[in-house]
Amino acid sequence: MAAVTEAPAPPAPTTPATKPPRRRGRFTPYWLLLPGILWLLVFFALPMIYQGSTSVQTGSLEQGYKVTWHFATYWDALSTYWPQFLRSVLYAAAATLLCLVLGYPLAYLIAFRAGRWRNLVMILVIAPFFTSFLIRTLAWKTILADNGPVVGALNTLHVLDVTNWLGWTAGDRVLATPLAVVCGLTYNFLPFMILPLYTSLERIDGRLHEAAGDLYATPFTTFRKVTFPLSMPGVVSGTLLTFIPAAGDYVNADLLGSTDTRMVGNVIQTQFLRILDYPTAAALSFILMAAILAMVTFYIRRSGTEDLV
Amino acid sequence: MGFVNWFKRHLVVLAGLVTLGYLLLPNIVVTVFSFNKPKGRFNYEWQQFSLDAWKDPCGVADMCGSLSVSLQIAVWATIGATVLGTMIAFALVRYRFRARGAVNSLIFLPMAMPEVVMAASLLTLFLNMGAQLGFWTILIAHIMFCLSFVVTAVKARVMSMDPRLEQAAQDLYAGPLQTFLRVTLPIAAPGIAAGALLAFALSFDDFIITNFNAGSTVTFPMFVWGSAQRGTPVQINVIGTTMFVLAVLFVLLSMAVGNRRNRRKA
Repeated sequence: MAAVTEAPAPPAPTTPATKPPRRRGRFTPYWLLLPGILWLLVFFALPMIYQGSTSVQTGSLEQGYKVTWHFATYWDALSTYWPQFLRSVLYAAAATLLCLVLGYPLAYLIAFRAGRWRNLVMILVIAPFFTSFLIRTLAWKTILADNGPVVGALNTLHVLDVTNWLGWTAGDRVLATPLAVVCGLTYNFLPFMILPLYTSLERIDGRLHEAAGDLYATPFTTFRKVTFPLSMPGVVSGTLLTFIPAAGDYVNADLLGSTDTRMVGNVIQTQFLRILDYPTAAALSFILMAAILAMVTFYIRRSGTEDLV
Repeated sequence: MGFVNWFKRHLVVLAGLVTLGYLLLPNIVVTVFSFNKPKGRFNYEWQQFSLDAWKDPCGVADMCGSLSVSLQIAVWATIGATVLGTMIAFALVRYRFRARGAVNSLIFLPMAMPEVVMAASLLTLFLNMGAQLGFWTILIAHIMFCLSFVVTAVKARVMSMDPRLEQAAQDLYAGPLQTFLRVTLPIAAPGIAAGALLAFALSFDDFIITNFNAGSTVTFPMFVWGSAQRGTPVQINVIGTTMFVLAVLFVLLSMAVGNRRNRRKA
């Protein structure tokens, strides 16, 4: 209790001298956080503010830009580019749904049916990641080529007649149509669906399936009432991890699509890098960000409450 | 009826294998077309078998240069993101501090943001600062978006760690540094390694953010993007195939090592 007898001259009320000396490492978490958080603040959060400011500026490249709170840019951008926005949402939604339908059986297979092949199948799901995704997307140009086997088979089976009628394809070809873009998006983001699905399926206790069977549930009922509800966390994070990057993507629409399949990412890219119309590009990017954030928040809330029920 | 029953029982397996085929088909095409000898500038149609590209993988101007730029950026981005991310992960799991919620959302948001939004906003920052676009701006961007993934990977591992192990070390008169180096770090290592591997893969393969912030620097994905317009050399497929094979070998090898270590322990 030496500290008491020494009695510091101005007794600070918040840190009385009677207290033991400051616990070592009280500031440690802040030192640990500082560099990384600073990095994110400067190179992630600050750019968002700059982007917001750019979107309400007017001017030209030659004379420079000034903040004039010109919100009309937003209105102009939306009224000009709403088809691209709509397309982004539709293509991303279609790709997400396809990913769920295609990815679920594979995740289920790895979790419950693969046995000693589990690790191998897992490697085969992840390994394509290591070939540049641009090279793999270009491979779809070969697969879906006009005189290739896929288009030939679809033609023979008269599938293309149906998709032509629906407006998904045009003129007996798949490349440069919405179908090709959705196909590419689905392919590119499928692993992002499979991995979270697998993680939540793997946690399910196998005895629950046996119990359901003992209680005379058919395999389908078991799936509907036991497996699927328990895999909901995986479904939620999988759909988010697929939808978000798909909605902002411009690579698939550029490589596999045509000018009629341009998505909002393509518009942002050309406005920013070729036309150099920064305010419009920033406004578009801001709208996309706001839309995605609103959707994510709503979706997480919604699925959160559903989990409680 | 036997067949119908068999089909019903294995429906999930069949559907899963179809998906697996869908996932692997482009890789098969990439590999097969690395042995092609195309007629025109584009390597989209099969002409005839040839080993030309495999014999001369760097025969295309600038391609191997771009590959080395990508590797350098990926290595530095991995180191940067892993160090910063591991520090954040330890702070989040081991300490109580103010503004935890804000920190958590700052980590989560970059993962929930379309890449094109981050790319465009980062470009406005660099333009406003008058920064010279190139190697450094790419590196800054890559560390930024890899960081969150490292935090997530390391956090998961540190959270599942038994705190009693560290207490035991301290009971046995290990100092804080010794405890950290000989107990904490080895246990957290698999999480850190997973985070680093993820960061490397993300950085090496990144196109969208790089496309916005590269200036005139050409990474390998940028080279492929450019070649999709100018003409795709077969060598691209050689690199793609090599990367795929190396990745599979690496994973198989690390699994074999892990198995052996487990067996020795048992």
